[in-house]
Formats: sequence, C-alpha cells, structure tokens
Amino acid sequence: MIELKNVTVSSSPHIRNENDTRSIMTDVIIALMPALALGIFVFGPRAITVTSVSVISAIFFEWLYRKLLKKPSTIGDCSAAVTGILLAYCLPVTVPLWVPAVGTGFAIILVKQLYGGIGKNFMNPALAGRAFLFSYPVIMTTWVKPHTPLPLFLNPVDVVTAATPLAQMKSGMMPGASVFDMALGQVGGCIGETSALAILAGGIYLLYRKVITPRIPTAFLGTVAILTYFFPRGNDPLLWMLSNLMSGGLMLGAVFMATDYSTSPVTKLGQWIFGIGCGLITVMLRYFGSYPEGVTYAILIMNATVWIIDKAAKPLRFGYIHGKRGAFGK
Amino acid sequence: MAYTFRGGVHPDFRKDSTSHKPIEELKAPEIAVLPVSMHVGAPCEPIVNVGDIVDMGQKIADSEAFVSAPVHATVSGKVIEIDKRLHPNGGKVLSVVIQNDFENRLHPSVKPRDYEHLTEDEIIAIIREAGVVGHGGAAFPTHVKIKSGVGKVNRLLINAAECEPYITSDHRVLLERTDEVIGGVTILMKTLGQSEAVIGIETNKHDAIAVLKEAIGGRQDIKIHPLKPKYPQGAEKQLIETITGREVPSGKLPADVGAAVFNVDTCGAVYRAVALGVPVMRRVVTVSGSAVANPKNLNVRIGTPLENLIEATGGFKEEPNKVLMGGPMMGVAQFSLSAPVIKGTNAVLAFCENEAMDAKSSECIRCGKCVGVCPMNLLPTYLYLYSENGKLEECEKYGVLDCIECGACNYECPARLYLVQSFRTAKQRILDKRRK
Repeated sequence: MIELKNVTVSSSPHIRNENDTRSIMTDVIIALMPALALGIFVFGPRAITVTSVSVISAIFFEWLYRKLLKKPSTIGDCSAAVTGILLAYCLPVTVPLWVPAVGTGFAIILVKQLYGGIGKNFMNPALAGRAFLFSYPVIMTTWVKPHTPLPLFLNPVDVVTAATPLAQMKSGMMPGASVFDMALGQVGGCIGETSALAILAGGIYLLYRKVITPRIPTAFLGTVAILTYFFPRGNDPLLWMLSNLMSGGLMLGAVFMATDYSTSPVTKLGQWIFGIGCGLITVMLRYFGSYPEGVTYAILIMNATVWIIDKAAKPLRFGYIHGKRGAFGK
Repeated sequence: MAYTFRGGVHPDFRKDSTSHKPIEELKAPEIAVLPVSMHVGAPCEPIVNVGDIVDMGQKIADSEAFVSAPVHATVSGKVIEIDKRLHPNGGKVLSVVIQNDFENRLHPSVKPRDYEHLTEDEIIAIIREAGVVGHGGAAFPTHVKIKSGVGKVNRLLINAAECEPYITSDHRVLLERTDEVIGGVTILMKTLGQSEAVIGIETNKHDAIAVLKEAIGGRQDIKIHPLKPKYPQGAEKQLIETITGREVPSGKLPADVGAAVFNVDTCGAVYRAVALGVPVMRRVVTVSGSAVANPKNLNVRIGTPLENLIEATGGFKEEPNKVLMGGPMMGVAQFSLSAPVIKGTNAVLAFCENEAMDAKSSECIRCGKCVGVCPMNLLPTYLYLYSENGKLEECEKYGVLDCIECGACNYECPARLYLVQSFRTAKQRILDKRRK
C-alpha cells in the first residue's frame, strides 16, 4: 500500500499564478525608475539623497509600527518602498532631508497602518503625506532651475528659483517652457513629476505587466485633455491642452497614484467614473482654486468616494446581462 | 476564428505529458469498491447482499428517486462487504465491495441491441438503467438532464472544451473513440428531438478537431465550434454563453434557456448503454502531475483504488505533497490512495512542492484582478470581505450563490487568499440558514 505521508488536503484550486504582492510592487518600482533617472539628470545627485531618505524612512516606519504592535512584518511586500518613492517624487529637490522623513512617517503610520495596513487605507499614503507637508508652504514650493548645483545633504541656500510651468499657467498664460522641454522634464518642479515621457514609459511597462489597466489613466488624462482643449482660456487649444497634460503632477498622478489599488475602485465602470472625477476636479482646482496644482487634492477627494462608486457601479452578474431572465436570443 | 467568454484565466495547461499517449487498459482490481453515491442526487440502496455472486454489469444498487443513477458491478465475483468506505469526494460512503474472481463473466443483460426503432422514453429508460451520469466531473444523472430538457431544449451542445490543466481523458476519447462519441451524439439528438448538435472544442486539441471533422464527414447536422483555450471554458454556463449567447439566469438550469450540454465521454457512455447494452463500468482517467513517474491515460474499472492507477504509472518518482482527484483548479485533495475511482473521476494528479502552491495568505490589496477574471461577473474582493466578516446577507446580495467555484479568482490572487474556500463556507451557511 502506498501511504501518503506529507500531503496537504486543502480547498481547490491547487495551483496559483506566480505573481504575488511583492512581485507587483517590484514591478511598480521598476516602472518608477525612468522618472528617477530623469529627476537625477535634471536636478542632480541630490534627487537620489531625497528619494533614499524617503524610501528608507518609509520602510523604517512600516517596520517600527508593526514591531511595536507585535504584528507580522510587512516590509517584504515592498509597498512601503513604493510609498517612499512616490512621496519623494512629489517633493522639490531642495527640501531639507527631515521633510521626506516626516512625510513618510505621516503617510505610513497615520494614513496606512492605523487603518490596518496594505489594502485597508482609504487615502493614497504618498499623496496624503504630501498634502500634510503643505503645512510648510515655502519649503514645498521652492523650485530651482534645472541643472542647478546643490549640496548632497546640507540644506541648499540662496538657490536661483524658477517659476514652474503650472504657476505660470495659473493666470491663464502659456508657460515659458516649450512642450518639448516639458515632455523631457527640463523645467522646474518636483523630483519625479517633471518628465511626462519618463512617467509614460513606466506606465506602458505597468500596462504590459498587467499591473494596471488603462481605464483610470485614460479617463483621468482624457477628461483633462477634453476640458482644457475646449476651455483654453484664450490660448491655442492644442498647445494649452498639451501644456496642461505635461505640467505638474498630472502624469505621475494619473499613472501611479490614481491607479493605487487600495484607493481606487475595482469595478470596471467604477474605474472610468473615478478617472473622470479625478480629471474634472483637477481642472476645476487648476482653473478656480488657490493653489496652482489640483492633482493631489483631486485624487484624495476621489479616494474618499471609492466605496460609493464601487457600490453604484456594481457590474451586472452573469445571467442578468441580456435582460432579467437571460437572453434566449439568436 | 475561435470563440470565448468574458473573464477567465490562462494557467499553464501542461497537457503535453499525456495528450499524445493512447489510452491503456488498466488491469481489473482484485477488490472493487463501489460507493452507492457517485452522482448528484439521492444515494442508491444496495440490492445485493454480502456473499452474493455478481456478474460484470449487474445492477447492485438503485434508488426510487428521480434524480439518482444506479450502480453496477464492474468486476465479476463475490460481494464481501457492504459498509462505509472512503469516498474520493471526502468522508465515508456506503459502498459495495466485490472480490474479483477474474472470470470477467458478463451479466446476461449486457448485450447489443437494435435501437433504431426505440422510442425516446425507452431510450431514456435505458440510459437511466445503465447508470449514466455526466462524465465531466459533476456527475449529474444524464437521464434527468434529458428528461427535463425534452420539449424545452432547442440547442444541443457537446462539451469537448476540457479546459482544466493536465487532463487529457476527453481528448483521447475524441481521438480513439470518435465513432462512439458521434453515435452518442446522434442518439441524444434523436431523444431530444434536435436536428442539430454543436461540439464546442478548444483549439489546442487540433488533432481531435481534425479527427472529428473526418468522422462527421458530409453530415450537416453536427457542427464544430472552435473555442479559445481558456479556463473555465468547459463550465456549463460559460460554454452555453459562448456558443449560443444565452445566459443561464441565477438559480436556473440550462434547459431554462433551451440548452442542454453533454460531455464527450458522456456521449460515449450513452452510446455504449443504448447500442451495446453496456452500463457504466469503466472510464478513462488521466494520471499525471510532477510526482508521477510515467503519466498515462488509463481505461479504468469504476471502483478501482486510486493506488492501482499510481502503481500502473510507475509509482511516485518523488514524494508528492498533494494528490488530487480531478483537475488542479477544481479537483479534490486526497489523503489516502484507498479511495476508489468513481464515475466522475477524469484525472488523478500528484504534485511535488513546486507545482501545488499552498502559499501563505497575506492581506487583500484590492488589486481587482479577481473582478477581471470572474466568469460570473461577481466581485470576489467584496464577497471575500463580507464572507470573512460573517456578513451573509451582503454576501447573498453580491451574488455568492452564483459562484461556480471555478477558482479563477483564487488562481489570480496576488495576496494568495483562499477565496473559493471562503465563498464555499458562505454559501453553505446561507443554505443552512434557509433550511431552518
């Protein structure tokens, strides 16, 4: 008689796809690398310092919280690292190094872990961290000219500042930088936000790896494109639209932040609604708000509606799609 | 042009290790263990006693209930025990145990008949008496399906999708027993009053498609409908939707949308029962998986212990960490090889560590991949949340009872959650509550 000694008896199915949370988060990190490369190219090696401090402190706070509460460590899923990178990407390169540390502390502990950790938070941690850091408006809106030499660790002093394209556009004027410069990130702005092309390259990788679907970015960017094209505030509609699409945190927000799993809908229709909502609020804030940028608050506001959207956009179940009793057709 | 359904997953199908291997006859077991319940519906009552001498094909258990199917002796010999024995679906079930005398005496009732002139009701009665049930795995009594479909059905579909990884038993049946299958299809067409039958088959079985086309020849009444290889294409509701565009509503039967689906090997069993007078005594079983030395397709007597199948394929080449009856997506994990092959056993699989992934669950990250792959268009993320928190009403509202337990969501989940297990529990609790 052949005995079965070490078999597991568990519920079906018995095989799984090889992708897990860690591999997905690793994909996101890979997709974020082109933007970092551009950030280093435009703002110099200090971009690495700020990003590293942000990533290390994010992982530290994640580890610390779980340790203090005697919960299993979750730093292995790499989601804290993603939060660290994303927060650094929406900081100016000139910030003192305590800023990313405070920002990630807020993001990881208050926004993420207090709600139960990965998958449970209702706001995007990186964006909430950034919104919190706006309590230091001067630090958060000091924009250096591209290619300015900066100290690696010390606080930069007497830097030559430059207006961001977005700030110029606030008054309804076309930005000084060309669309080409903006696509390549040769403008003032946050570390990882300036180059639309680098972010899009990462987005294409995420689509190829099926980490995200095109629904939210398409709806988000599409809504902004349509609104800015038809309401160009007296400018050339096409150039105005392109300038809007490539300025500020829109690309980073649409590709990496609005698609954050925990804080976006899971239903297909819901994802379209969510993306359109983000686009609408972004344009409203850019046109009528008091800050130049609207992406952060647009996504945070829409984050709060995710469950309502999912409930409203619940798909019709199989058997109900072609009428109440199932189609008898053909 | 191949057709498909909404949702689903693309596991590694791994059929190559057995798809080209002809069906081999497995030696009859010394002792056959025949559970009185190998089907959906009422269990049978044994109609033989300990000490009786029985013949092959002799009915040994039957039931008065409509939804049931009788059981036949698959070896000739002596009934040595009627007691509860291990069942491959779990638990212990009353079983008739027969000591094989290796005389292979056929029961007088087993003989070919001229069936051309028989009426529909007579054919249905023959199919019932032969104990034919769905061979695809679910084992729903075939006569019940036909009877409840007469007058309602206007599309007759034959399921040759075989979408579960590893399993090639239907594939081999199509290649080697094409005439039996076509014969069965013809009988089913006549019985259900259909002028046409459609065979749905995944395009990864191109050799079977070619053989089928040749066997059909000039006949216009049997059509082949190519399907994209995707799991769970062979699920009844998905197959009907893919081929006819009709969706079986929640809680309804295929006949309610005018469709009837039969597995290819069920068609073979119908032919053998009606034309040859042979009740269900054998079936083709794929024995495969990374722990199996020499994977094979075996023609096996019902009631043969799983152990004999493993021995016939050279035993385990490595210590398995999981043994299944059925496919890796919906099969049942076994803890002993003494359980017998039953009518719905299409495969016996044994896996080593690397294949059967019993990973540790982490937290749901709301990635929504499960929503994208659910062929029933449910929201597994929310269902899981509600079922894990005991919110049964919400579960019901979100359609947990429509879950076909195909495991697509579970397969795709990056957090390695045991979604199907959670939904099964929720379904059971809801049904228990209703009964009260």
